[in-house]
Amino acid sequence: MKPGKEFTEMTSRSVSSNMLYRPMRRIYVFQVPTRIFHWINVVSLMSLIVTGYIIGNPPALLQESEASQNYWFGINRFIHFGSAWIFTVNWIFRVFWAFIGANKWENWRNFLPLSKKQWKEAWEIIKLDVLMIKNDTHLSIGHNALAGFSYFIIFIVSLVMVFTGFALYAPMSESWFPQLFNWVIPLLGGDMFVRFIHHASMWIFIVFTIIHVHLVMYHDYVEGRGELSSIIGGWKFIEEDILENKNKSEEQNTENEDK
Amino acid sequence: MENHPFGILEDLNTKKLTVYEEMKERGYSRRDFMKFCSTMAAFIGLSSSVVGQVANALETKRRPPVLWMHFQECTCCSESFIRTSHPIVADILLDKISLDYTETLQAASGHQAEKSLHDTMEESYGEYILMVEGSIPLANPGYCMIGGISSLEILKEAAAGAKAIIAWGSCASNGCVQSARPNPTKATPIHKIIKNKPIIKVPGCPPIGEVMAGVVVHLLAFDEIPELDNQGRPKAFYSRRVHDTCYRRPNYDAGLFVESWDDTNAKKGYCLYKLGCKGPVTYNACAVTKWNGGTSFPIQSGHGCIGCSENNFWDNGPLYKHLAEFPGFGIESNADKIGVFAAGAAAAGIAAHTIATNIRKRKLIDSNIEEGRKGME
Ligand code: HEM
Ligand code: HEM
Ligand code: SF4
Ligand code: SF4
Repeated sequence: MKPGKEFTEMTSRSVSSNMLYRPMRRIYVFQVPTRIFHWINVVSLMSLIVTGYIIGNPPALLQESEASQNYWFGINRFIHFGSAWIFTVNWIFRVFWAFIGANKWENWRNFLPLSKKQWKEAWEIIKLDVLMIKNDTHLSIGHNALAGFSYFIIFIVSLVMVFTGFALYAPMSESWFPQLFNWVIPLLGGDMFVRFIHHASMWIFIVFTIIHVHLVMYHDYVEGRGELSSIIGGWKFIEEDILENKNKSEEQNTENEDK
Repeated sequence: MENHPFGILEDLNTKKLTVYEEMKERGYSRRDFMKFCSTMAAFIGLSSSVVGQVANALETKRRPPVLWMHFQECTCCSESFIRTSHPIVADILLDKISLDYTETLQAASGHQAEKSLHDTMEESYGEYILMVEGSIPLANPGYCMIGGISSLEILKEAAAGAKAIIAWGSCASNGCVQSARPNPTKATPIHKIIKNKPIIKVPGCPPIGEVMAGVVVHLLAFDEIPELDNQGRPKAFYSRRVHDTCYRRPNYDAGLFVESWDDTNAKKGYCLYKLGCKGPVTYNACAVTKWNGGTSFPIQSGHGCIGCSENNFWDNGPLYKHLAEFPGFGIESNADKIGVFAAGAAAAGIAAHTIATNIRKRKLIDSNIEEGRKGME
């Protein structure tokens, strides 16, 4: 193989489509904890976005009642705080999982573009899937490098939400955990600005979700490897010939590195 | 009082009387004095068992020398202070604490005043309490210059010998209105300039008179800095948000909001959150202590809190909107408008991407379809 080729793992579909049928191999990519993390994250985040938006822009509901008769806004806030706890604990769990038990596609290394290989892969993805100046597919069994990095960014924004959220929550709480975030308020100069950041960052999640779900469906459609269902059942289906090519090129790659 | 932990204040100026002695001279009875002590103890948030301690301290201690400096400000703090509701509070604090130097209220002026200032600074170096009203304009030493000396120099000189500093009001605590973007005078609060002295921040525009009095009495009675929160404000007055003690709070929790200033909800006294009430992000004692001798406070009068005691409250406006303007995007921009725009752009982007996919990746998709068909044969 030509140098550099191993990063792209290009495969020409038209060649293999001469075959009568194409054997696929089933690969177990996302284990149960990762999948559970993902869906708890989705549900708690949706709840946080809806209840958070309502906290920021309350609609005029039940205006004919007396204050003593109803508590819907308080309940809305309660759901926000409850979901916030779930969201936070779930992320803490995912970080642990990335370091202990995770397989090589769930490992923390997937999320940080630390190796040259990941940078090259990300650039390849931009050319293939964003700009579409190359007409081919790319095989990354787990997340591709660009997707992995986008999850790292959303992890950072989640940290911002957790830090600002618990800092705002601390004065309403007796529990020790929120008090750990007290220092955020003076750092950012007061509750007003903290709340502003908390509110504005919500939109990053909304924009991320729109793009993320679209790209998942895009990959599912273009590659036909079961991308969308991989986060439900854990499986992806990879063409055997492509997988073998990839393994070969990886072997070659490590041999080159050894020299 | 001899074995007071700090034991500094009593020997300052032997000619000076204790607070109680001065009150007696002014014709206040023992009963008035005790009432005053319990009122102040209550303001500071002490239990009634400590009233005796406060009384004892005021009976035995001599007044501490005080320098009250005015820099870039509007004097609303002084105005608030001299209007503390409890007549004895006002009286004792203004007459009994020796305000050895304060531009607004002192009789002396010019060189005489400067002399009094320097006398106090020398005589009681390390003992006096420096109270500062106003921020320091750093942009130009000529701004707010007094007697040919820049504010910065005056502050530094006065702070050097101070035992403690009280930063009165939002100006001295966080810069207040004059530090709002673009902050033309580079108005700077005290704690950013003086780093080596204990500073008590008493923010508010102005702070509540009783709160100011409470802070001073605490210093007098206990000879130590009151307990401060992580932003340097006395916990007794600034540990709770206006929202936490607001009497309209049940309406907030019930989702009953005033929608416009003249609607029936306003008449019914619903929560002012949607009209920009900053109570949920403002730490102050307004809803507890209230203003003008406990008469009322802004929310009780139908107007939301503007967050006057918070850092940068002016830049976190508009005052009548809940959500702040998005900096750099002009008036009428807020995070939600920009967010909706970004989400719309993302949606448009994915629509374009979907169309492009079906054109540019046609061959690939067709070969997938073909392969899939063959698989059924
Ligand atoms: C990533 C998910 C989150 C989103 C999208 C989100 C969204 C929001 C939004 C839009 C607001 C309204 C802000 C305003 O305009 O005043 C809000 C308020 C708030 N959020 Fe979150 N939030 C999230 C996570 C959290 C977390 C992890 C906490 C931690 C406890 C938290 C605690 C709060 C608190 C305390 C408030 C203020 C509620 C009040 O004072 O009534 N949030 N959130
Ligand atoms: C219903 C909508 C969603 C679907 C169908 C979906 C689907 C998927 C799929 C198929 C993957 C694996 C693809 C890959 O590894 O690149 C994935 C990964 C991921 N998604 Fe989603 N997603 C959804 C919503 C969300 C939302 C709202 C978030 C949160 C911000 C999110 C965050 C993530 C993260 C962080 C990963 C990496 C998972 C890990 O390794 O732990 N997803 N998602
Ligand atoms: S009026 Fe303001 S401080 Fe009072 S409950 Fe409503 S938002 Fe909170
Ligand atoms: S209610 Fe708010 S704006 Fe009004 S004085 Fe109190 S802290 Fe300042």
